[in-house]
Amino acid sequence: MIRDTTIGAKLWAAAVWATVGFFVLNLLAMIATVVTSSFATRWLGTWLPAGWTTRWYTSAWNEFQLWDVLIVTFQVIGAVVFISGALGVTAAYALARRDFPGKRLLVLLFLLPLLIPPMTFGIPLATVLYQTGLAGTFWGVVAANLVPTVPFVILVMVPFIEQIDPKVEAAARVFGANTFKLFIYVLLPLLLPGILAALLLVLVRTIAMFELTFLVAGPTSQTLVVALYYAVFAAGVRAVQSIDAMAVIYMVTTLIWLIIALRFVNPTQIVTRAKQQPAH
Amino acid sequence: MDAVAHAPAVEHGPSLRQRLEARGFDAVTLLVIPAAIFSLLLFVYPFAFGFILSFEPKAGGDWLANYRRFFSDPFLYETIAKTLWLAIPVTLVNLLLAVPIAFRVRLMRRQRLLTTLLVLPITLGTVLVAEGLLNYLGPQGWFNRTLLTFGLISQPLKLVHNYWGVFASLVITGFPFTFLLTLSYVTGIDPALEQAAATLGASAWQRFRHIYLPLLMPGLAITFCLSFVQAFSVFPSAVLLGEPAGPTRVISIAAAQAAFEEYDYSMGSAIAMIMGFVQLGIVVAVLASRGLFYRGPASGAKG
Repeated sequence: MIRDTTIGAKLWAAAVWATVGFFVLNLLAMIATVVTSSFATRWLGTWLPAGWTTRWYTSAWNEFQLWDVLIVTFQVIGAVVFISGALGVTAAYALARRDFPGKRLLVLLFLLPLLIPPMTFGIPLATVLYQTGLAGTFWGVVAANLVPTVPFVILVMVPFIEQIDPKVEAAARVFGANTFKLFIYVLLPLLLPGILAALLLVLVRTIAMFELTFLVAGPTSQTLVVALYYAVFAAGVRAVQSIDAMAVIYMVTTLIWLIIALRFVNPTQIVTRAKQQPAH
Repeated sequence: MDAVAHAPAVEHGPSLRQRLEARGFDAVTLLVIPAAIFSLLLFVYPFAFGFILSFEPKAGGDWLANYRRFFSDPFLYETIAKTLWLAIPVTLVNLLLAVPIAFRVRLMRRQRLLTTLLVLPITLGTVLVAEGLLNYLGPQGWFNRTLLTFGLISQPLKLVHNYWGVFASLVITGFPFTFLLTLSYVTGIDPALEQAAATLGASAWQRFRHIYLPLLMPGLAITFCLSFVQAFSVFPSAVLLGEPAGPTRVISIAAAQAAFEEYDYSMGSAIAMIMGFVQLGIVVAVLASRGLFYRGPASGAKG
């Protein structure tokens, strides 16, 4: 490793670390503000609130009907994870194992929903869903959320499948395995770590996917993040602490899954989704 | 496993199935069909539908009426400039912060804690960041309070419900994204190249300017595009943290209002198309200028 020992280099390193520290400090302070406020009795013009209470959690739970919202959220996420796994893994297997004319076009088709922001394709998508009557329903929300998650699973799984030696499958065929047995006894165990990682990432991303859910959700198909948006949007109607309590509930739901996900994936995988394929 | 359908077709030449298999179409290839159909139905079709719908104005008039209305109404066409005025500075700030930090972090052995911390705002999402910043940056929040205590300011700064609130939220959610992408490009460059330059007596700045920067340029261009496109479609924080009727009335607010408040899907689609075209224009411009820079291997191959 190269070591720069000049004063300038040391100052520069210190400045860079100070910037990182400043960013992380503000980030953590922002999260701490929400948590502190959710436990506060009255918090005006002081460093810390006047007293502590947990009653905002019960009031938020009742006011925002969080039980119903949480059930809908997990149903949506479960459906999205399951369907995007089924569609994405099969497609990824074909893309990883075969070369066929039009493959590049197909890969581009799967790449675009990840590169184009949800707000841009969400409005035409919501328009189509409203015209077919799907918008506002549970399956409308699921369908909209699947648009970026299916390509995401494909892009994560293709390199993973490519590194599994096709000779293993050929050997299973030689020993008389049919397609079903090949899948259950050979492919599935080999693919499981990759599928698990991809689906956990889908799960974490779907909890926080605001735009698409917001555009197509109806009153009975709201997920937690959309409910939180409406609560903040109509701030003033309800106590700030109540909204903050809801935000903490949302944070806890997200963070539990993030911690589970981080046991299986590298944090950078949450972001560098487009790295496997250079964007053109 | 491809040897199943061979025997009978020897005399008549290859069968259709065999000819297809030779080109890569067989049962395994068909597995791609469900996902492809899904993508066509829910991604390509809505885009095409929206594109055509945008030429069929709800209020009647000729096919370009929506676009003419957009570009003649300052309340609508100014959203492009307002969004660019947010998105471009934010993307540049994020990128200029990300590059030096990525160069430091690449030398660290234990990057996981930092990357985990940085992934937090991305996983929590824009809505929660907006809600947190409303408290944190507000006139009574800890940020202003700290500055007041240190005597850096005499009056609380107004940081929410204006341009700077949206700016801060875009930095908090956008910087980690930009940084982690940049880091993956920086670590992809072979350190042997830098060591060779150092051996030949290049200073730190020279090594960055003449070795790393040319190799990084394509990656930075892609990072810029992805970060810009995300910032350009900012929606929840512009509503919650900004002035959605004033300086932070971004283009996605205009599109969502047209479509879901005025129920003019045709106009909403037209604005969404304009939004897509502006993004595409900037991305194409950036990627085209990438051709001006070095393109070649980023690893130190011998010979």
